Amino acid sequence: MALLEVRDLSVHFDTTDGTVTAVDKISFDLEAGETLGVVGESGSGKSQTVFAIMGLLAQNGNATGSVKLAGDEILNIPTSKLNKIRAEKIAMIFQDPMTCLNPFLRVSDQMAEVLTHHKGISKSEAVRQSVELLDAVRIPEAKKRITMYPHEFSGGMRQRVMIAMSLLCKPDILIADEPTTALDVTVQAQIMQLLDDLKKDFGMSIILITHDLGVIAGSCRETLVMYGGQQMEYGTTRGLFEMPTHPYTMGLLKAVPRLDIETERLATIPGSPPNMMNMPKGCPFSPRCEFADERCSTTRPTLDGVVGRKVRRRACLKSLEELV
Amino acid sequence: MNDQSPLLSVRDLKVWFDVKPQGAMPWTAADKLKAVDGVDFDLMPGETLGIVGESGCGKSTLARAIMRMVPSEAGTVLWLGNDLLTLSKRDMRVHRKEMQMIFQDPLASLNPRMTIGQIVSEPLKTHHPNLSPSEVKERVREVLDRVGILPNMINRYPHEFSGGQCQRIGIARALIVKPQLIICDEPVSALDVSIQAQVINLLMEIQEEMGLSLIFIAHDLSVVKHISTRVMVLYLGNVVEISEAAQLYRAPGHPYTQALISAVPIPDPKAHENKEVLILDADLPSPLDPPSGCVFRTRCPHAIAECAQSKPPLTERGNGQQVACFVL
Repeated sequence: MALLEVRDLSVHFDTTDGTVTAVDKISFDLEAGETLGVVGESGSGKSQTVFAIMGLLAQNGNATGSVKLAGDEILNIPTSKLNKIRAEKIAMIFQDPMTCLNPFLRVSDQMAEVLTHHKGISKSEAVRQSVELLDAVRIPEAKKRITMYPHEFSGGMRQRVMIAMSLLCKPDILIADEPTTALDVTVQAQIMQLLDDLKKDFGMSIILITHDLGVIAGSCRETLVMYGGQQMEYGTTRGLFEMPTHPYTMGLLKAVPRLDIETERLATIPGSPPNMMNMPKGCPFSPRCEFADERCSTTRPTLDGVVGRKVRRRACLKSLEELV
Repeated sequence: MNDQSPLLSVRDLKVWFDVKPQGAMPWTAADKLKAVDGVDFDLMPGETLGIVGESGCGKSTLARAIMRMVPSEAGTVLWLGNDLLTLSKRDMRVHRKEMQMIFQDPLASLNPRMTIGQIVSEPLKTHHPNLSPSEVKERVREVLDRVGILPNMINRYPHEFSGGQCQRIGIARALIVKPQLIICDEPVSALDVSIQAQVINLLMEIQEEMGLSLIFIAHDLSVVKHISTRVMVLYLGNVVEISEAAQLYRAPGHPYTQALISAVPIPDPKAHENKEVLILDADLPSPLDPPSGCVFRTRCPHAIAECAQSKPPLTERGNGQQVACFVL
């Protein structure tokens, strides 16, 4: 049994213009100690997938399907039960650390609150443990800096505070939603290395959501590619990058300029991502796909193979031989 | 270098902002924030100069200072032999049509209450007021067609377009006055990978067709390397290295450039296995209180005593590579 089992997870939003399907039947497994990369462009549903798992959907959103944490269903359970799981079992860090930290509270108060609330320990003990974690995320002079306000930290340091805060209750799973997108490359390198080290020290699993294929290549063993709310391809990161088998993954990999390789002209994917209000009936990628035929625009492909097996799975009606 | 004369030549350009210290009295003298502190470079016709650096290093301020959108403290900006910084506002306007700008946020740089046709034709109304309406319409159609926006969309508003399309409209607005230089300030940072490639290709095609020069500012080194002829690396308002793009990535000369390049994640798991990332300690120092001597010395693994005493000048290292470092 995997640590986290997601089956047929769908997310719908009720809007004045009708129902929008942001995530369409996602299934994946996360093993203990594994780092799963979820990659996709804006609007591909990668954030909404994890928001649904954490029970953080907006008021007009609803999730269907099943999410099992160590065998127990956690999707759509009452908030009182969910609060026991959040932070203690699954923690989350976000793209913009400044909007996630309370600007009115000292870092010490914000961090200690997590521990006094979840563990019921005294404030002074909570602050002592918080300082330990700030040390673990390599914030210099943690003891002095813990009394500062969030605005007194730089962007990279704030992200470290966020990470320390999410690790306070030693969660089994850390969900990182674009953790380095707002940071410079040199700081990004620091944070990614920190996450790698912490994963080993704390023995946790990570779901890393990003649009940056370079970040995925550097830290994830398995990768899930999403487009238009659906899974396009799943496989080991190495295999996926070496031999992508879905037209979208192929196009994506060719469209990024690379530091180490000279290219005259970038390959492009024509058109733009689908409008969620008006999704294509068949494969969401079919309007932009060079291999698409009539069948692709009417029949929706699903991910083949079996969930949980660490082998390549693809959602494409075309056979591999047809994609050359 | 070839024997052409440069289109733009910037010498010792300084842009300083006044910043009042916290709790200052009205009569307290303001501190100087040296956003750009003595930048020199030449831009040849038809060339693309990439500018890279972390946030806060002065990339955008430099671009704005060249366009005279922010006042400069000292230095010269020679555009085809005229010093732009000493021109009157009226004379400057003549030169503005020769240089145009594209901005980072495609939607925010278009007026939401104007139609695409109005937005794209506005520069013509300012710079060529004598054109007849039919000529204006013709030029708008032509330029929209070039950037891949259907001409029947000219009566739509910016919110009806996607981010990539808005950036194309921004490019059309810059192209319509037939400039010689386009300054692109992070033009693809807000776009998705698949759309980013489309816009980069478009910019490169247009540059070749029209013989444009580009100043391309971005924080994504892979993108800058792909599009640029030469690349300039900025750190805290100072140029630390200027070099041919391929040379810079093959053999970075300055320790900061080396760290910057090693930090870029390569989208290939195999490349990560035998890659050493040079992690820089600490954060960027405050530009209000930059280190003495070489501004990078506080984070530099090679710093020696000399680095604290004087600022290293940009020196020629062969192959058109200029590096500001005492040690390497």
